[in-house]
Amino acid sequence: MSGHSTYAPKTGFGKWMDARLPIARLMHDSFVSYPVPRNLNSFYTFGGILSLMLIVQIVTGIVLAMHYAANTEVAFNSVEQFVRDGNFGWLFRYMHANGASMFFIAVYIHIFRGLYYGSYKAPREILWILGCIIFLLMMATAFMGYVLPWGQMSFWGATVITGFFTAIPMIGDSIQTLLLGGFVVDNPTLNRFFSLHYLLPFMIVGVVILHVWALHVTGQTNPTGVEVKKTSDVIPFTPYATVKDAFAMVVFLIVFAWFLFYLPNFLGHPDNYIPADSLKTPAHIVPEWYFLPFYAILRAITFNISIPFTDIVLIDSKLGGVLAMFGSIAVLFLVPWLDTSPVRSANYRPIYRWFFWLLVITGIALGYLGSRPAEGGYVLAAQFFTFLYFAHFLVILPWLGKFEKPTPLPASITDAVLGEKAKA
Amino acid sequence: MSAKASKEPTRRDFLYIATGAAGAVGTVALAWPFIDQMNPDASTLALSTTEVDISSIEPGQSVVVKWRGKPVFIRNRTEKEIEEAKQVPLEELKDRAARNPNAQGEEADTAIDLNRSAGKDKENWLVMVGVCTHLGCIPVGQSGDFGGWFCPCHGSHYDTAGRIRKGPAPENLAVPPFKFVKDNVILIG
Amino acid sequence: MMKSLIRNTLGVIAICFIGFGSAQASEEGATPHYPIEHPKHVHWSFAGPFGHWDLAQLQRGFKIYHEVCSACHAMKLVAYRNLQELGFSEAQVKAYIAENEIEVDAEPNEDGEVEKRAAKPSDLFVPPFENDEAAKANNNGALPPDFSLLAKARAPERGFPNFVFDVFTMYAENGPDYIYSLLTGYQEAPAGVKVEDGTHYNPYFIAGPALAMAAPLSDGQVTYDDGSPETLDQYSKDISAFMMWAAEPKLVERKSLGFKVMIFLLVFAGLMYFTKKKIWSDVKH
Repeated sequence: MSGHSTYAPKTGFGKWMDARLPIARLMHDSFVSYPVPRNLNSFYTFGGILSLMLIVQIVTGIVLAMHYAANTEVAFNSVEQFVRDGNFGWLFRYMHANGASMFFIAVYIHIFRGLYYGSYKAPREILWILGCIIFLLMMATAFMGYVLPWGQMSFWGATVITGFFTAIPMIGDSIQTLLLGGFVVDNPTLNRFFSLHYLLPFMIVGVVILHVWALHVTGQTNPTGVEVKKTSDVIPFTPYATVKDAFAMVVFLIVFAWFLFYLPNFLGHPDNYIPADSLKTPAHIVPEWYFLPFYAILRAITFNISIPFTDIVLIDSKLGGVLAMFGSIAVLFLVPWLDTSPVRSANYRPIYRWFFWLLVITGIALGYLGSRPAEGGYVLAAQFFTFLYFAHFLVILPWLGKFEKPTPLPASITDAVLGEKAKA
Repeated sequence: MSAKASKEPTRRDFLYIATGAAGAVGTVALAWPFIDQMNPDASTLALSTTEVDISSIEPGQSVVVKWRGKPVFIRNRTEKEIEEAKQVPLEELKDRAARNPNAQGEEADTAIDLNRSAGKDKENWLVMVGVCTHLGCIPVGQSGDFGGWFCPCHGSHYDTAGRIRKGPAPENLAVPPFKFVKDNVILIG
Repeated sequence: MMKSLIRNTLGVIAICFIGFGSAQASEEGATPHYPIEHPKHVHWSFAGPFGHWDLAQLQRGFKIYHEVCSACHAMKLVAYRNLQELGFSEAQVKAYIAENEIEVDAEPNEDGEVEKRAAKPSDLFVPPFENDEAAKANNNGALPPDFSLLAKARAPERGFPNFVFDVFTMYAENGPDYIYSLLTGYQEAPAGVKVEDGTHYNPYFIAGPALAMAAPLSDGQVTYDDGSPETLDQYSKDISAFMMWAAEPKLVERKSLGFKVMIFLLVFAGLMYFTKKKIWSDVKH
């Protein structure tokens, strides 16, 4: 796809530079002449939106770090001081907090778009896995960032999440102590979380560069799932994709601004406006909304797994919950090999399409259940949807490809575009 | 785009220019919060005045107080020091500006001793920001070639009215805005 | 293609509504979840996209805080100078400090002793108790929460589907609504509800059937100079508005900047849309 470079420097300086550091050539080939399928729909603009959000988070984060003090005595007040007295402090604080939510909205749409159009299939397995790594890094970054304001949810969230590691048999407790730098979440924990919260975004930038590189090697998929075959299938990135992505970014920013200016605390938890108190747990601990589906899976495993007809426990419920939760992310890495269908796009897979939407419902339902107290019907429902989630990846995807009869694929992107228009 | 479009401005050109201009305006407007956030915040600005009781400072004694985080020298000068400072002709001074926003009357901006001090009848009081005008070190009191202040960092000598006489510093020590709120209390800032 | 996406999405949303409805029904009979009553809705001047403070109301609210609440509740993140945002002059703030002889710890003197000095406008509100333990000891073991952020820290869950509608109606006043409802919500406990000694039944309380604070306000308790009704209802509204200001002092600034940004983004999005349409006009896609 990357093909032959069409970059031709015009000025003398351009030629001089091109012979020494061809960065202008790289940019030209990657973001100007780079060919993209002509039939990409709006769901393909979220990659660009995510790059924008990553920049927003890094830039506002650098500003916040200028005013933040990573010490349990003053962390809470340093944030409040900036919001109350700093110049535009409220703007940066709300931008960063709501920006994280917007980042996750965009990444979930991006991931589900990939699942719908089979963007993970050969030869794009590495592209998909790099995306999964970015997602994991984002989760780690968001979690540690949420600890920094040192409110009640920060503190108890950190306590619960680092408690995952105690589920590891034998060495779990020592690992938790090592991670915390103490026996409870305290000043050493806050300091290392601040350090890592500042580091990880730059690691994300690094993996994003690899992600874009891998994308530009294989080229984009498209709603038909048919690979690019001729020059009439593609259009140059600039101006076509550039202007479309830019338009999508502005529309996305309107949604962002709506929350930022009018509902800045809607997506946060009120308890985080109470300073951390290590002797008092809030009535309901819930993570930020974007972790709720995983939280529901964690709490759904309420039973020990034993050897049948004996009392020997293989996996107790605590370890089971943690394994299920990490498994729900690990399974994403395997999707390119779990899906056996030769057809990429769900547009041509009539049965998979229904299972895809069932997965969407499963995700939303798990998210809702994660926000409810873990009791009664909620736990049963969470167990049901956890089962559905894993069944989708481990049972449906491998089996469905074997017997599903896809609808006829268009011969090429050009045919699909012109044919559909002709029909209308 | 095409050769056709470049001949005369069209609706298309106007649209592109308007969109580009809107983007540029948005970017510039966004830059302001990023710059302004580095300015002192409201709590810092609120601390910008300091009240000092000077009743216990005897002639020949100085105190150092903090104003906006900077040291301020308050000196009750002796007759001898005032006399020495008065004797210096203006032409001998390196910096002939008073550097005193509180000085009043004619020629308020010349560095005569009266303009450097707290004013008529209060000429014994000298209030100055104790930061060397060279590169920001704190000068040592009652030392140097002129019996005033001496900055050990790069060797600047100030006289008994805090005026620069020798060394690399370009200006006299700055006088902060201040006033007497009572006979023995001054408000700096 | 786009159409089928939209159709499917609507289907998903419909199924979710049904699913959540039945999940909520199953809540009955499980652990009770507080508050028992959802907060009442009050019309606030600071609600909505053009929200602004009613300065007279904030001043009344401050009067209530000063005369009633501040006996137990601290407000440690707010400084006396901030009172100027309520429409008081600097001289009035200084007079307030002088009248009430508010003092704070001075810097240690030459002998290392810490003396008291008169507070300055730049000082933070002096808490009623030296520390949390003293506050508890004076309040039957219950710590009166700090007021600085309380209007944002007490927001009962809205539940499904209200929280979805809230995004579009811009409802962000559940904090002050809660405080108002709590203050006006004290009542006799219904038969069968066990109320612990030293606590007071209130179905609006977020963490249980009863709370340690007795009804703090009653009709005629605080004198208003501006002719506003001296009723529990009015007092509760005024103190709630004041607490919202204390928790979110930049609210008006935020909303007014937000409006400008929204207008800009909408115009910019319109321009981008037509630019995109022009550029794509020669490509079928």
